[in-house]
Amino acid sequence: MMSGIKMVGKVWKYGDDVNTDLIVPGKYLELVDPEEMALHAMEGIDPEFPQKITKGDIVVGGANFGCGSSREHAPLALKYAGVGAVIAESFARIFYRNAINVGLPALECPGIIDAVEEGDQLEVDITGGKVRNLSKNVELKFVPLPGFMVEVLGEGGLVTYIKNHLEEW
Amino acid sequence: MGYTVSEKILAKASGQDEARAGEIVKVKVDVAMMPDLTTILAVNAMKDMGVKKVWDVNRVVIVLDHVAPASTLMAATIHRDIRSFAKEQELRYLYDVESGVCHQVLPEKGHVKPGKVVIGADSHTCTHGAFGAFATGVGSTDMGAILATGKTWLRVPETIRVEVNGKLLEHVSPKDVILRTAKEIGADGATYNALEFSGDTISDMSVSGRMTLCNMAIEMGGKTGIVEPDDKTFAFLKERTDGVFNPVHADEDAEYKRLLNIDAAELEPQIACPHKVDNVKNISEMAGTKINQAFVGSCTNGRLEDLEAAATILKGRRVHKDVRLLVVPASLEVYLKALDEGIIQDLVESGAMFSNPSCGACFGGHIGLLAPGEVGLTTSNRNFKGRQGSPEALVYLASPAVTAASAVTGVITHPRDL
Repeated sequence: MMSGIKMVGKVWKYGDDVNTDLIVPGKYLELVDPEEMALHAMEGIDPEFPQKITKGDIVVGGANFGCGSSREHAPLALKYAGVGAVIAESFARIFYRNAINVGLPALECPGIIDAVEEGDQLEVDITGGKVRNLSKNVELKFVPLPGFMVEVLGEGGLVTYIKNHLEEW
Repeated sequence: MGYTVSEKILAKASGQDEARAGEIVKVKVDVAMMPDLTTILAVNAMKDMGVKKVWDVNRVVIVLDHVAPASTLMAATIHRDIRSFAKEQELRYLYDVESGVCHQVLPEKGHVKPGKVVIGADSHTCTHGAFGAFATGVGSTDMGAILATGKTWLRVPETIRVEVNGKLLEHVSPKDVILRTAKEIGADGATYNALEFSGDTISDMSVSGRMTLCNMAIEMGGKTGIVEPDDKTFAFLKERTDGVFNPVHADEDAEYKRLLNIDAAELEPQIACPHKVDNVKNISEMAGTKINQAFVGSCTNGRLEDLEAAATILKGRRVHKDVRLLVVPASLEVYLKALDEGIIQDLVESGAMFSNPSCGACFGGHIGLLAPGEVGLTTSNRNFKGRQGSPEALVYLASPAVTAASAVTGVITHPRDL
């Protein structure tokens, strides 16, 4: 659950190079409704994902999470499926931008993959740059998002951000 | 300390005296390009931002290419809505379903020039760096903000310089150079970075080949690929644009994150094996692998010289009885030239199926899917699990010549062994 800039959620864990074709296969690119995209979230790698996730859960990935196409369907599907944040060793850049833009926190946290197991409870402090594994009682630090991106996330994504700051943009 | 091409272009576009790698800058966008499947989300984002009109009707380019022509009602509806959006906004450039793949259409129609900032709502927008532009892909919300304001934020990338020298052997092509580069750099080795390609192999290379190189920068995580413009660039663009160029070159003392040297003369054809683009092997290690489907086309390898390379091998030969060969030109212009030169006749006579230009066969869209357990050999850019149909299928990437030769024998084959 999101409370300001901190959240607590259960881990769903995946490996390296989780690409956008796995997150939302190409055959669903004609969808324009995020709720429908969510029904296919992670279909290429974990078809049961939309059924088993609880709102606020956290996806943990390895290196190069979100590599591949520029489809915003990928972060949208995760967000609307209920994912509270994605934490990975590293992200592919377009997915990273897209995630922040649609208001899905994407946090680069080296060491995360070895520090968590599926089902662990994590407490994430987005602005403070800390992930606490409540199930294992260990804490990891990461470089917090740049101020501009925190503002975008805080305002719910780039759409609201631009709407609020159209004059000075 | 000097500047890279990216640093110079982004400094100018942001109105700053200088821009250094790592800095976040806000830049003016020269061309905003959208293909069919990401346009509606971008348009919705723009409208949700409270903006009714695009910032400049002359700088927005839409290409209906991914599902062309529409094969589902949903795609038909998207196309209909895009057409009425373009009309209502009085957009100057909408290339409809007959036109071709956006990354081929954009330079052919003169939208790309050296030194310009080209942003596309498609990951392979990095292709346009082949003309010395700074070109990168973004998602739909970023594109919505560009439609609304004409501006976007970019982190100035560090640059990896890829020096390619030596003469390519017969049957070895730009695709083999970029697959070898992917092997050396890795699928995320260039994340957030630009790749500048230089060396005598690049100078000797056609514009078409340079597009193949830059196209695959994203497969290493790269933000853009760049080839510095030269007489070949200007010759291609001269008749298609106003002919006024302001080329941007890297300084001698520019700072690079890494320098990678590739000896083109010792390169043999390369194969990217499932399911990662950097899982690249020499063809000698993979020869004999059985295939069910071969595909020549895409924004990576669907240009005239690619079709020509395939036709040269297939002329007078037959596609193997157990193989489907699909050939898809990257654009209408390529299609017409291939017709004119008899290339299509040669391909179809050999047993190839020829389709209108589109992205369908590359991304698992509406052309030629792979069934579980099948093997595809393709000239496109991604061999991800599930990319071209079933997640249980295997996809290998190769050059047009290797793909054509393998279509003849039914197994991965070096063209010289035919």
